[in-house]
Amino acid sequence: MSATDTIRPAGGARASGRPGHGGGERRLKHPLHLRVFGRNPLGWLFSAPYLVFVLGIFAYPLGFAVYMSFYDYFFAAPGAVVDRPFVGLDNYLQVFTDPKVLQSFGNVLVFLAINVPLTVVLSLLLATALNSVVHFRTFLRVSYYVPYVTASVAVVGVWLFLFSGNGLVNTLLGPLAPSPSWLVNSHLAMPTIALFVTWKQLGFYILLYLAALQNVPGELYESAATDGAGKVRSFFSVTVPGVRPATVLVLLLSTVIGANLFTEPYLLTGGGGPSGASASPVLVMYQQGIEQGHPGYAAAIGIVLVVFVLIIAWLQNRFAGGRD
Amino acid sequence: MRIRGLSRGQTVLRGVVLAVGAIAFLFPFYYMVIGSLQKSPDTTIAGAFPEAGNLTLSNYADINGRINLLQGLVNSGIFTGGVLLCTVVFGVLAGYSLAILQWRGRSATFALALLVQVIPFQLLIIPLYVLIARDYGLADNYLGMILPFAINSTAVIIFRQYFLQVPRELFEAARIDGAGEFRLLWRVALPLVRPALVTVVLLTFIGPWNEFLWPFLITKESSMQPLAVSLANYISNVAATASNPFGAVLSGAVVLAAPVVVLFIAFQRYFISTDIGSSVKG
Repeated sequence: MSATDTIRPAGGARASGRPGHGGGERRLKHPLHLRVFGRNPLGWLFSAPYLVFVLGIFAYPLGFAVYMSFYDYFFAAPGAVVDRPFVGLDNYLQVFTDPKVLQSFGNVLVFLAINVPLTVVLSLLLATALNSVVHFRTFLRVSYYVPYVTASVAVVGVWLFLFSGNGLVNTLLGPLAPSPSWLVNSHLAMPTIALFVTWKQLGFYILLYLAALQNVPGELYESAATDGAGKVRSFFSVTVPGVRPATVLVLLLSTVIGANLFTEPYLLTGGGGPSGASASPVLVMYQQGIEQGHPGYAAAIGIVLVVFVLIIAWLQNRFAGGRD
Repeated sequence: MRIRGLSRGQTVLRGVVLAVGAIAFLFPFYYMVIGSLQKSPDTTIAGAFPEAGNLTLSNYADINGRINLLQGLVNSGIFTGGVLLCTVVFGVLAGYSLAILQWRGRSATFALALLVQVIPFQLLIIPLYVLIARDYGLADNYLGMILPFAINSTAVIIFRQYFLQVPRELFEAARIDGAGEFRLLWRVALPLVRPALVTVVLLTFIGPWNEFLWPFLITKESSMQPLAVSLANYISNVAATASNPFGAVLSGAVVLAAPVVVLFIAFQRYFISTDIGSSVKG
């Protein structure tokens, strides 16, 4: 087949540059397969594994999650034919009345209120400083990225050690150490987790800001300097607006990642303790869906969570995205 | 280097900020290694420095007695290797067809690859668990572990980006010489995008190697668990019964972290802001 396929693109190249789709209808004299598949049907073949993957792992489960959330879905032996009752909006009603779920959504708001602003400010500041530094550049870059590339499970071990009742942090703080200690204190557990995740993920956002900083035209800094703006002034009037698209992206990604919090409350606070003060929605989903066998209910929590994230992302985009 | 002519005070301030940042980022790793070597956990300030009398390797033996470190590493390796293999093979094919070939549905497929990145995976864990573990019976199975991560969409986008940068004339010339698409991809395109391969391997490696939630859900047998899962189970269940629980946990953490950190430092120059930044932005 390659013989015919390889001649054709070369022959058809006079209509060059135009994306393959849509071009077919206008040249009706072409054979049917060209009109259906475009000029390189091999493109379909090459992309087929990826398409199958996306449909099987993302699209179908997404639809399945919505379907499940309307049923009293329960686990059954593979192949067994069971009747799972349709319950309409019952699962959703339960989401909004279950104090554990509501608490977990409140917790995630606390988390985002600490994590997102801290992430944006720190990563932009560090990226700006890193961008202008000459010495130790590689060393500094590597040290900022290392927490990001390391497994959460591994660094959780150190944080448990650092923040335990008589850990190094409390030793350093001496009489200022909180009691009960960080991770067992219902007011401090969630903020400590937020701090942990900020630290862990910061390298990735520094990376994004470093890329964005390369796109800020140097002339803008020069003209700002000509107008007598100091470094601080030009940071706020040139750098900050210049990296706004990256800021929108950082806001979105840190919100999505924050809403998906699971490993940290599961391990740092022993499953969302003390008494649910650090439970995240995904942790509740796990407990309800898999430990207690109510996947339909867990799917409903997941869908409410996604809507919740979409609303926050939309609000952020409205207020930080500007007019573009 | 863009901001020129900082005053002396500002330069010093910048240096201090960066240095404090670097210490805050590196200290926990240093402390991880120190803690893993301590006979008894020393949480005083002196404990942050190595002390000849308090050093031991017994924590490593201790954790190895509780969770089979080697088996965990092998499982993590198979999981990560499977994902890497699928991502590189199918990701290159998809990236090539998205960048070079003209076919219907191309832009829709690319839009899909971008969309997939913002779908929170956690929403899918419940239906995926029902499908993969219950319906397909792939619990405690490497295939079940690999499937949800098989093709990294970021990798597809990075490959596409790189293939787009290859001059079109190279392909036209090879086609006129009668080379088939597979040959073209293998002989012409792939050698030109070798840096992208390293970036993708590095970026894809850290995903499954560090992943906790999915393998945790799907593996109940300890002999099948990747190291991240067996270490997490140790932290949450049995740590209290060890003679030096922190030492044992930190030793496990060092073993889990070391391969990624070493790999990352060795290839850090491929972890470049422009590649990853532009691919995430699409």
